[in-house]
Amino acid sequence: MHALSVHQLTKVYANGVRALDGIDLTVETGDFFALLGPNGAGKTSLIGIVTSLVTKTSGRVTVFGRDLDRDLNAVKNAIGVVPQELNLNLWDKAQNIVVNQAGFYGLARDRARQRAEMCLKQLQLWDKRNETARSLSGGMKRRLMIARALVHEPRLLILDEPTAGVDIEIRRSMWEFLRELNAAGTTIILTTHYLEEAENLCRNVAIIDHGRVIEQGPMTRVLTKLQEEVFLLTPREPVPVAPRLPGFEVRLNGPQELEVALPRSRTVNELFAALSAAGIQILSLRNRSNRLEELFLTLTERKGEASSPGRQPEPKAGSR
Amino acid sequence: MSTRQQAIALATLCRKEYYRVVRIWGQTILPPVINMALYFVIFGNLIGRRIGQMDGFDYKQYIAPGLIMMAVITNAYGNVVSSFFSAKINRHLEELLVAPMSNVTIVLGHMAGGMIRGVLVGLAVTAVALFFTPLPFTHPLITISVFLMCAAIFSLGGMINGIMAKNFDDVSIIPSFVLQPLIYLGGVFYSIALLPDVAQQVSRLNPILYLVNAFRFGMLGVADVPIGIAYLMMTVCLALLFSTCVLMLNRGYRIRE
Repeated sequence: MHALSVHQLTKVYANGVRALDGIDLTVETGDFFALLGPNGAGKTSLIGIVTSLVTKTSGRVTVFGRDLDRDLNAVKNAIGVVPQELNLNLWDKAQNIVVNQAGFYGLARDRARQRAEMCLKQLQLWDKRNETARSLSGGMKRRLMIARALVHEPRLLILDEPTAGVDIEIRRSMWEFLRELNAAGTTIILTTHYLEEAENLCRNVAIIDHGRVIEQGPMTRVLTKLQEEVFLLTPREPVPVAPRLPGFEVRLNGPQELEVALPRSRTVNELFAALSAAGIQILSLRNRSNRLEELFLTLTERKGEASSPGRQPEPKAGSR
Repeated sequence: MSTRQQAIALATLCRKEYYRVVRIWGQTILPPVINMALYFVIFGNLIGRRIGQMDGFDYKQYIAPGLIMMAVITNAYGNVVSSFFSAKINRHLEELLVAPMSNVTIVLGHMAGGMIRGVLVGLAVTAVALFFTPLPFTHPLITISVFLMCAAIFSLGGMINGIMAKNFDDVSIIPSFVLQPLIYLGGVFYSIALLPDVAQQVSRLNPILYLVNAFRFGMLGVADVPIGIAYLMMTVCLALLFSTCVLMLNRGYRIRE
C-alpha cells in the first residue's frame, strides 16, 4: 500500500499563483522519501494540502488508501507534520504543548501524558518539560515540534525543513533519531535545503519545480543522471596557471585550489594520472558541492543561480 | 474520531484556554475588578448619591447588574478574539487544524474559553458589587442563565472577529467602535424610560439592551423590556453566531488557503 498517493494535484492560489500543476507522486509505506525543489517550487503547498492546511484546487490525495476528501479524519490521524515555520505557542510549557496535542487527537489525559513523556525523552527534551517554548533554543524548538508531531503515533511523518537553523551536532542527532524512527516502521517524507541530508537519509526522491515533478525515483538511480562531478583539489605546491589536462576542464580558483569537472565517462584514477603527468601533487580533494545539489541544479536548469529570483513566492501553507 | 475522542479534544481545549486565563490573571481578571470598583466609587457613591433612586432602587443597586454584564461581555469577547487571533497569527492554530477534531469542537472549545473568563470575571465583579451594595438575586435561575448565555454569545462574537481579523487593528476596531458604544447605550447606567420616545425606539434596536435588562430582571426584578423577547433574542443570537463560526471554519475562511 502507498503511504501517500497524489494524483493530478493542482493548486491555484487566489492571487493567481499556480503552485502545483497536476502533480503525480507516490510514496511507499516504510519509505524515507525526499521532496526537493527550489523556493516556490510547490513543496510547502503540497505538504499543506496533504495535512489539510491548504485546500486543493483539483486532484486526488490518498494516505494509506484513505481519501483526503472522503475520510479526512483518518488521513489526519495517520499524519504527523513538522512545518517549516515555527508554530509553537511560545508562552506554553513544552510538556503542555505535547500533552495538549495528544488531547486534540483524542488521547485520554493519562495516555497523553505517557506519550508526551516518551516523545520528550526520545528528543532529549524531558529536562526542559517545564520551560516555556520561548525559552528554548532554536534546535530545541525544532525538536519540540517533532515531539508534538509524533505524540499520536502517526504512520506518516512529514518534515518540512526540520533541521533549518540547527547546528551540526543537533542535526546529526536528529538524523539518527529519524533513521531509528523509520527503521521502526514510520514512513517519513522530508523536504530540506541541506541536500546532503536528503542523500544521507532518503531512499527515494522527487524533485519538484514550477509545481511539477521533474524527477522521481530511487536516490541512487536519480544520482546516475548526474553528468559530471566537480572537485576542488589542493595542490602541494602553489600552481601559477591552470594546467591543461586532456579530457578534463580545469580552472584555477587560486594558487592553492584547482577546480576540475569530472565527466561521468572518466574516473578519478584517470584524473590523478593526468595530474601526476603534469607534475602536480595533490594534498586533498573534496566535492565543490553535494552531488545531489549538482543534479538538482542541472535538472532545474538553475546552475549558477543561488535561488530563483523573479519567481513569485509560494504562499505559506496554513493560517493567514 | 469517536464522540468520546471529540469530548477529550474539547476538554483539552477548554483546559488550555482556562490555564491561559488563569496564567495571565493580571491581564484577564484584575483589570475588570479594578474598573468595577472605580465605577462604584465614582458613579455609585459620588454621582449616584445625587441621582437618588431609579426604578425604585438605589442607583448603586440599579447599575450593578449592567456593570456586571458589561464586564462579562467585554471579557468573554476579548478573551476569544485575542486567543484565536494570536493562535492564528502565531500559527499554533495549526495544532487544531491538523488534528482530527471537528470544527464544532473547535468552536465549542473557544466558546467555553470565553465563557470561563466571562464567568470568572463576572463572579469577581459581583463580589466587588456586593461590597458596595446588596443585590437581592430575585430570580436566580434567570440571573444564571442570562449570565451564561451572554458570555456564550459574546465569546462567539469574539471568535468571528478573530477569524476575520487580518491584523491587530481589526481586533480592536469592533470592541472600541461597536461593542463599547452599544454597551454604554444599552441601559447600563439608566432606564430607557428616561429617554424621549424616539430615543427609546432606537434603543430597542440595541441587542445589548435586552441582555442588560434581562440580567437586571434576574437580579432586581425590574426591566425595560419583556423578558420573553430577551430570551428569544439571545437564543436566536446564539444559534446564528454558533452556525456562523462553524460555517467559517468549514469553509476555512481566512484560516485555510
